[in-house]
Amino acid sequence: MPDGHPDLNGYWQALVTADWDLQDHEAQAGPKPEINGVYGAGPAGQSIVEGGVIPYRPEALAKKKKNFETRAMSDVSSDKTWHNLGDPEMKCYMPGVPRANYLPFPFRIVQSSGASTPYMIISYEYANSTRIVRMNTKAEAPIPSWMGWSRGSWDGDTLVIDVSGFREETWFDRAGDYHSDELHVVERYTPVSPFHLMYEATIEDPKVFTRPWKVRFPLYRRMEQNFQILEFKCAPFTEEMLYGRFVKKPTP
Amino acid sequence: MTHRFAALASTPAIVIACGSLSLLMGQAPQPARKAAGEPQKQAAAAPAAKSAAPPAKSSDFRTPWGDPDLQGVWNDATSTPLQRPTGVADKTVLNDSEAEEFQEEIANRLSRDRRDGSSELDANRAYNEHWMDYRRLKITKDHRTSLIVDPPDGRIPPTVPISAERQKERDDRAAALARFNAGMPNSYFDFDLPIRCVVRTDMPPYMPIIYNNDFQIVQSPGYVIIAPEMIHSTRIIPLDKRPHVGKNLQLWLGDPRGHWEGNTLVIETTNFRPDTNIFQQADPATFHLTERLTRVDAKTVNYEYTIEDPHTWTRPWTVRIPWTRIDPAEQMYEYACYEDNYDESHFLQGARDRERRGEVAVPIPRLPPLQ
Repeated sequence: MPDGHPDLNGYWQALVTADWDLQDHEAQAGPKPEINGVYGAGPAGQSIVEGGVIPYRPEALAKKKKNFETRAMSDVSSDKTWHNLGDPEMKCYMPGVPRANYLPFPFRIVQSSGASTPYMIISYEYANSTRIVRMNTKAEAPIPSWMGWSRGSWDGDTLVIDVSGFREETWFDRAGDYHSDELHVVERYTPVSPFHLMYEATIEDPKVFTRPWKVRFPLYRRMEQNFQILEFKCAPFTEEMLYGRFVKKPTP
Repeated sequence: MTHRFAALASTPAIVIACGSLSLLMGQAPQPARKAAGEPQKQAAAAPAAKSAAPPAKSSDFRTPWGDPDLQGVWNDATSTPLQRPTGVADKTVLNDSEAEEFQEEIANRLSRDRRDGSSELDANRAYNEHWMDYRRLKITKDHRTSLIVDPPDGRIPPTVPISAERQKERDDRAAALARFNAGMPNSYFDFDLPIRCVVRTDMPPYMPIIYNNDFQIVQSPGYVIIAPEMIHSTRIIPLDKRPHVGKNLQLWLGDPRGHWEGNTLVIETTNFRPDTNIFQQADPATFHLTERLTRVDAKTVNYEYTIEDPHTWTRPWTVRIPWTRIDPAEQMYEYACYEDNYDESHFLQGARDRERRGEVAVPIPRLPPLQ
């Protein structure tokens, strides 16, 4: 770019199957196989976690397992327990970070140059999620948010984004891996070829994990001619699941 | 772009970016005066600039790669009505004292801090000015009497007869809204799209509303990105003259393509979904939207759009809304909508409760439109 930084503008997408499970996972039937058959099934994949295993605190590991058992359930009859059940992805809620980067959807990095905008934007196809990355600022998150408070800086040719200020409701994957409101993520985007970024995220959350841990995988540039992000506005796909029980039933 | 990315020239997207860069850098000399600058610095420099330099012109604002620079966080709140009210039918622009009166009258009508009226109205106003964008009670600085600048009478043009099929759709929609307003929605389909958190003011053309009127623009070579705060859907506008997506790909927010005409970004948007309840109930099949964004000065972008739909109106019409740079101390927030959409649950549960108690639908008093 004119300011001397690498140009990360483009459409990018991960090819890992980590949205099913960050750790080693075999092919699985998925929830409700009696309805969905192979349509609901997930592929096998190797762990993207450095060292293979997420260092859970013992009580937190029990919660992760419970999350998995109830991953395909939902109950919005009470505001107080609104977020207690089910994977937020299934309900079309914003995915959080780093999950947004390994969902099976493309995203665009928007990188400007020059003094007039100290911002970058990352725009995800899934649920129109958007992150505003504030460059070279020390300002703290004003309020918690689903996609977190992103502060960017350059370490040589690597874009580093420090993300904090998360709400606690997002999950890392469909296996029930989760975090608390103390989640802190440091992302590194390093160009390794014109067509690849190496992506690394360090995840820290003393309430849930015994130590910080890392995920690492490449992002691939989408090369199709005239490629663009379309829309995955998924709210309408979930309304019957979430609200169908409150819909007026036809009189018999 | 650093040397290590010279190889990127082999990818189509980058060819375009480099192409526009060299072309525009060649045509447009770097402005002598630093463009927009950091908001804080700009504010500090403003008084000195006032006496030393002539006011900034539209062409002074350039990105480092030579495109007109629209970047910043902008707010489009205003109380100036879309259509010119009958009381000022003979005036396009008001003088200072007329403007003050006009503004006060509208603010009084819109204000939710009033305590007059029925108890039902009073209860509705519990959602009061505390929650609203205070800028929505100010008319535009140029003292216009309507946001519509064409036709000259400031009114939406007369309609043409519409098909029976579209009339039925409108009637069905009106009936659904009546059920909703009476607190008796049958299903989530009775709600408007904003209540369902599918689209809100992120759907072009952009109109001011009660809150979250902010739009962030970020540019990169070959692209302009408009990120409306409500509801976090970034609009990615390619400038490379690529064709629109195929006609079978329809989008809630449409498919935008941009180009520069002088200092103005012109956006043509097509491929709207047929079930979108599109702007002012136009026909998605023939709806044609052209938007124009022009940087006027350090603190203003003019946002103008023209609507054409021969299936709905007798002629095209054009709206102009000034976008004002927000105070740097303010910022964009994440507008999470569907994640905690308690309304969608409450409205339906409330309706089923009323049915169980044998209550019937009673329309409740409505407040003035939420501009």
